Formats: sequence, structure tokens, C-alpha cells
Amino acid sequence: MSALELLEVTKEHPGTPPVVALRTVSLRIGDGELVAVVGPSGSGKSTLLALAGTLERPSSGSVRVAGQAVEHLSDRALSGIRATRIGFVFQQFFLVPSMSTLDNVANGLLYRGVPVGQRRVAAARALDTVGLGHRQAHRPGELSGGECQRAAIARALVGEPAIVLADEPTGSLDTATGRSILGLLSDLNAAGTTIVVVTHNPEIAEAVPRTVRLRDGRVERDSAVP
Amino acid sequence: MTRAARDRPGAPPGRASRLRAADVGPLAALGLRGRPGRAALSAAGIALGVATVVAVLGISTSSRAQLVAQIDALGTNLLTVTPGQTFAGQTVTLPTTAPAMVSRIGPVIGASAIGDVTANVYRNDRISAANTEAISVYPADVNLLSTLQGHLARGRFLNAGTRNVTAVVLGADAAAALGVDRADGIVQVWLGQHWFSVVGILDPVPLAPELDRSALIGFPVAEHLLGATGAPVEVYVRTDPTDVAAVQSVLAATADPSAPQDVAVTNPSDVLTARADASAAFESLFLALGAVAVLVGGIGVANVMVIAVLERRAEIGLRRALGAGRRHVGVQFVAEATLLALIGGTAGAVLGAVATTLYAAARHWSAAVSLPALLGAVGIAVVVGATAGLYPALRAARLSPAEALRTV
Repeated sequence: MSALELLEVTKEHPGTPPVVALRTVSLRIGDGELVAVVGPSGSGKSTLLALAGTLERPSSGSVRVAGQAVEHLSDRALSGIRATRIGFVFQQFFLVPSMSTLDNVANGLLYRGVPVGQRRVAAARALDTVGLGHRQAHRPGELSGGECQRAAIARALVGEPAIVLADEPTGSLDTATGRSILGLLSDLNAAGTTIVVVTHNPEIAEAVPRTVRLRDGRVERDSAVP
Repeated sequence: MTRAARDRPGAPPGRASRLRAADVGPLAALGLRGRPGRAALSAAGIALGVATVVAVLGISTSSRAQLVAQIDALGTNLLTVTPGQTFAGQTVTLPTTAPAMVSRIGPVIGASAIGDVTANVYRNDRISAANTEAISVYPADVNLLSTLQGHLARGRFLNAGTRNVTAVVLGADAAAALGVDRADGIVQVWLGQHWFSVVGILDPVPLAPELDRSALIGFPVAEHLLGATGAPVEVYVRTDPTDVAAVQSVLAATADPSAPQDVAVTNPSDVLTARADASAAFESLFLALGAVAVLVGGIGVANVMVIAVLERRAEIGLRRALGAGRRHVGVQFVAEATLLALIGGTAGAVLGAVATTLYAAARHWSAAVSLPALLGAVGIAVVVGATAGLYPALRAARLSPAEALRTV
């Protein structure tokens, strides 16, 4: 079964003239895959990630998450899919500065209706997984960039989502730290999570088993398709 | 087996996201903690409005309670009889026999009169005749003070002896206007071209405020020295408290049987009560101002929340990515606005209660701060806050998650 599937997806952003971010893109990502999406700025990488993460609806075509077509689902149902099946990692981390690292990670379960005690237990486990078990009580301001991104990854995986979508996860980090984050994502993937990474970083593109290259809203090359 | 294929009971596909009610409060507090200065300022707007409302209500309630207590202490069983006007508009006089007639009515406990005399009073004989200080001179019965249940600040009231001689008792304001603060008979004032010794100074008389700026002398001396007729200009009647209405209804006919229609009968405590009601008119003006202040505070909250929505697009995007539905984002912002108003409202209620207590203490009143009024004021603030949060919350909820994340 496919974890994620895009079938002839087109996305137009309204405006004069309208901006076409993706043009009839079809892409199938299987369970447990680790895929890098690369391409120049404006090629549609982030739009693809937003569509795959149900943050946006396609203008035409179909997006399927775990086999379920999502483009006609209600906002409520889409929020449910994001809360339970998809984890997001962003370049800017988006950690709440006034909360401890533990509570930031526990936020990953906030919209699942999990009581705060259980959220914290799961968050402590997730922080252990990313190697930040000793930083639970620290605020994000006291963490290094790499640690912040690890905390953000812990927040994405605290709910054990089937899919993790990462948008430029190493974009704000130095090379060595970026490499360790990539290692962490690979470990998660080895444990069974489907991971899609949007990146400018050629090192990531070379390190992952499958690379999809976008240009002008089209798939230029997909290493899985010879 | 991969994770997607695994059947996880916590997350069946298509299950809606959910925010626990217990998480809404901390979420709202978190938002306010992010910008404490701004939160404090916008809560202050609400606080001022609520404080105004609570203080206006509290002070006027305390004042009215004080007045009612005062009226009760003075007794509501005092009636006054005054000559009215004829149909043609001419002022009439009461018969000289009026006080005696009135005191024969069964439930009347006491009746005493003040009369009319053409005289002015001055501090001494060098003062210009025009400078009367607006003090009236009245001949008075010796039992006037007991009928009015009035009190002396100094000295003694007129008695069987002093009513025949040149002795005068000054009302509180009259004594102040003349600069007299001794009532031992040594100080003299120039009254109707004669020297009168000041033998007493009255405390203010709330039920007969006209006496506060008066000089009272005996009827015999007024008739003998100043040519007074002895006709009363006002008769004060103290009745049995249970028969006030009955006495009031026969008073005019008893005082002047030949022309009862020309006699005016009033109950001074009614006048005081009416005055208390008149102050309520000002009270509603201040209340309206307070309500406007609360509304302006609410608009301030709405303003701050709209700015917060603009500034916190990234946070909104992140929450949507974490699984928050539109309604969760909306609830969060309404809760923040409500919490802001709750904090402001509570602070305002405390401030208003303190202001009322201080004001009452300064005037030696007992402060009347009612808990339902405080809770009501806080409740109104909360409703205003929640309403103010609706529009920003709607804007936040309508924000597309991808757009919110893109604009960072």
C-alpha cells in the first residue's frame, strides 16, 4: 500500500495571473520509504509537501493518504488526519519559547485529546529517542540549533505518525549538525516511518534511497523511475 | 509490519482531532504570557471600566444606605405645615392658634412653630445693612428643638426664661457666617437694631435645613421688641409613627379651619428620599460612562487580538499542522480574549471595591459593596471580552494553514 499518493495533481495559487505551483504531478510514496524532494526555489517543493500533508487542497487531481482520498474531506477530517497520521518538521523549528522542551514536544499530542500527564510521558520517551532526554526542562532558548531541530522532530514523532514530512529540516543548521539530523531521520525511517524531506541540501539528496527532482512544478526526475 | 499498516487504537483513520476542555485555559494563558506587557495594558482598559461601574454602584449604594439610615434615625414622622398661596397667588398667613390646634390632634406628639419677623442679624452694628449673609430671623417656640429631634453644637436652646430676653440661638451655617463659635452669652450680635446674646448654636438640622441659616429668638421678645405678629410661618409636627398618614390628612383643616386649601403640608423625609432618588439620575450617567469604558476596553481587546492573529500566523500554522481544526484555533483566541477580560474585570472589581471602601471610610459611612454586583461586573467584562474575541478568532480560524506557514 502507498503511504502517500499524488494523482495528476495541479495546484494553482489565485492571483493575476494565477501562479501554477504544481502541474499534473503524479507521485507514489510507499510505506516505509525515505524520499528527498529537491529542486530550485519556486519549483513547487513546499507546495507538494503542503498538499501531501493535507495543509492544502489540490486545484485538480487527487491526494491519497494511506489509500484515502483527502481532497474532498472536511476541515475537521483533514485536521484529524494531521493529528493522527502525519508529523511535520519545519526549517524554523516553531518551538514555543516560554515552554519547556518537554512541553513543546508534548504539544504534538495536544490535538489528539490526550491528557497532559500522558502527553508528557510520551514526550519524555520521544526526547529520549532523539537523544535529548537530558534537556527536558530546558527552554528552547537554551538549546543549540541542532537540539532545537531534534526537539521539533521529537514533537513530530511523539504521536507515532505513519508519515513525517520535513521541510528543509537542515536549512538553518551547519553541515555537521545537518548530517546528524539526517542520521536521526534515517533511524526513524529504519524503524518504519515513511519520511519525505524537502531540501536544498545535495548531501541529503545523495544520502537517501530515493530522490524526486522538481522543476517548474513538474517532476523532472524520480530516481525510483528509471 | 510498517506503522501505517499497524492498527493503532489511538488513531483510526478519519478520526477527528480533539482539544480537551482542560487544555483550553492553559493554552489561553500561554498566549497572554507571550506578551505580558500588552496583555496587561489591554486588561487595564477593561479594569478601568469595571472599576468605574463598581465604584459608582458601591458609592451610591453606600450613600443611599447612609441617607436611609439617617432618615430612619431622624424619624419619618415629622410633618411641616406652611402657609401656601391663595388661588389668586397671594401668600397667606397661618392663624396664630394653629400650633395649639394641631397639638390637640390625638396622635400628635409635639408641635412647635417658627414665626415671621422683619429683622436682620449682623455680627455688629458697624456692618452695612445690605450685608445680611442671607440669614433669616425667626421667632421660635421653646420646644422646637425637641420636636425636630435636633441637637445643639454649643450652649442651650431658648427656654421659658431666655425667650423673653434678647437671647438668640444660631443655626450651624448662620453661626459660621457670622464668625461666632461661642455660645456662653458673652458674644453678642446686632439683631433688629438690638444687641442679642448668643446662647446656643445648633448642629445642622437635616429635616429642617432652612433653620441652618437662621437666627432663632423667643416669640415674646420678637413681638415686644421687633413688632412680630406671632403668626407662624411654619409649624413642625411630630406624630405617632403609625398615624403619619392619618394626621397628614387632617392637618390642613386643623391648622386653618377657615381656609384649609391655603395650607401646605409636607413630610421632610419625603423630600430627603426624593433627593436620594434625584442623585440616582447622576448615578445612571456615571454608570453609562462606566459601561462605555468597558465597551472601549472590549474594543481594545479586539484590537490587540487582531494584532496577535497577524503576528502569530506561524503559531497558527504550526497548530494546524499539529492537527488543530479551525474550531480549535478559534476557541483558543476566544479563550485568550475572555481570559484577558476576566483578569481585567477581576482587577477592576477589586479596584472599585477598594475605591468604594476608601471613599466610604473618608466620609465615615459603612461601605456597601455587594458581592452580586462585583460578580455581575466581572461577568459583563467576560461577556464583552468573549464577544471582542469573536472577530479575531474567526480571522485566525479562516487562515489557511499552508499560507500561515508560508508567510514566516
